[in-house]
Amino acid sequence: MWIKDDKSKVNGAKNMDTSLKIKRSLVKTIRSFKVSIPILLGVLLLISLITTATPKDFYAKIFTGNYIIDSLVGAIFGSVAAGNPMTSYIIGGELLKEGVSLIAVTAFILAWVTVGMVQLPAEIVMLGKRFSLTRNLISFVSAIIIAVLTVLTMELL
Amino acid sequence: MSLRTLLAKIGSTRLFLLIVLLIYLIVGAVNLALMWESLLNFFQLVLKILPVLVLVFGLMFLSNLFLDARKALKYLGKKSGVRGWALAIITGILSTGPIYMWYPLLADLKEKGMRASLIATFLYNRAVKIPLMPVMIYYFGWKFTLVLTFYMIMFSVINGFVVERIVGENKEVLK
Repeated sequence: MWIKDDKSKVNGAKNMDTSLKIKRSLVKTIRSFKVSIPILLGVLLLISLITTATPKDFYAKIFTGNYIIDSLVGAIFGSVAAGNPMTSYIIGGELLKEGVSLIAVTAFILAWVTVGMVQLPAEIVMLGKRFSLTRNLISFVSAIIIAVLTVLTMELL
Repeated sequence: MSLRTLLAKIGSTRLFLLIVLLIYLIVGAVNLALMWESLLNFFQLVLKILPVLVLVFGLMFLSNLFLDARKALKYLGKKSGVRGWALAIITGILSTGPIYMWYPLLADLKEKGMRASLIATFLYNRAVKIPLMPVMIYYFGWKFTLVLTFYMIMFSVINGFVVERIVGENKEVLK
């Protein structure tokens, strides 16, 4: 009888402990989300404004025909552009048709998905200034290097 | 109240939102149609990302429930080794939705001791979009898609190393 009582006490304490843990985790998650919501809303508003204000034929006008300058231009505009990656593939495909080099287009679509100037303020607030700036800068340089490597490898294959 | 006190009271996250709203007001004053169209796009975007937001909220809740600092360090900390890198690459590729939706979860994990290199690697692998590969293949061909994906995964690790080298390791919660 006493053993049974002890067991139920232990089980009850365990249940209390679990429900307390769930409550604590929920409160912590809600608190983290409360901090994130204003910044996420800001990023979403900014992305909506940029994608609405940028005409689709804008990107075709910015390339010069020079391989080196165009890959840099591609990476710069890819970094500033925002929106669904599929849009970058579609724009990239159209740019290729218009005679823009594959290196420039690759740098453009890569920077589009790896560098985020629009969401940089959000990244800085949540992950730290030094980390975010370094990560984006390295991703920018990588976009150009990968673009060159990809096209060179394609020529070898 | 001084400007500095006011800014501290508003907080950096709300300040950013206020600045963006101010930009909208300025755009509205110059081009009202553009402002309304952008707002409409914003609401459509919010509806589109809601499922991802719920997913991230769920993952954050589960990580707070089951992943304490000691466990986080084991899987994502300095001693996580190859397993940590593999976890960052695979979860980065499999994660869906916009990149900024994952910042709150990563900030939580960073607090628990996740390595800066693994955060950078995770974020870089978000560029590898398996569901969008057919679109990429359609526009650029399968050879280009395969080569680019290979380099992106390879560079995600290189970027992780370089970022950590420059930024330094996260201060670990437990020694």
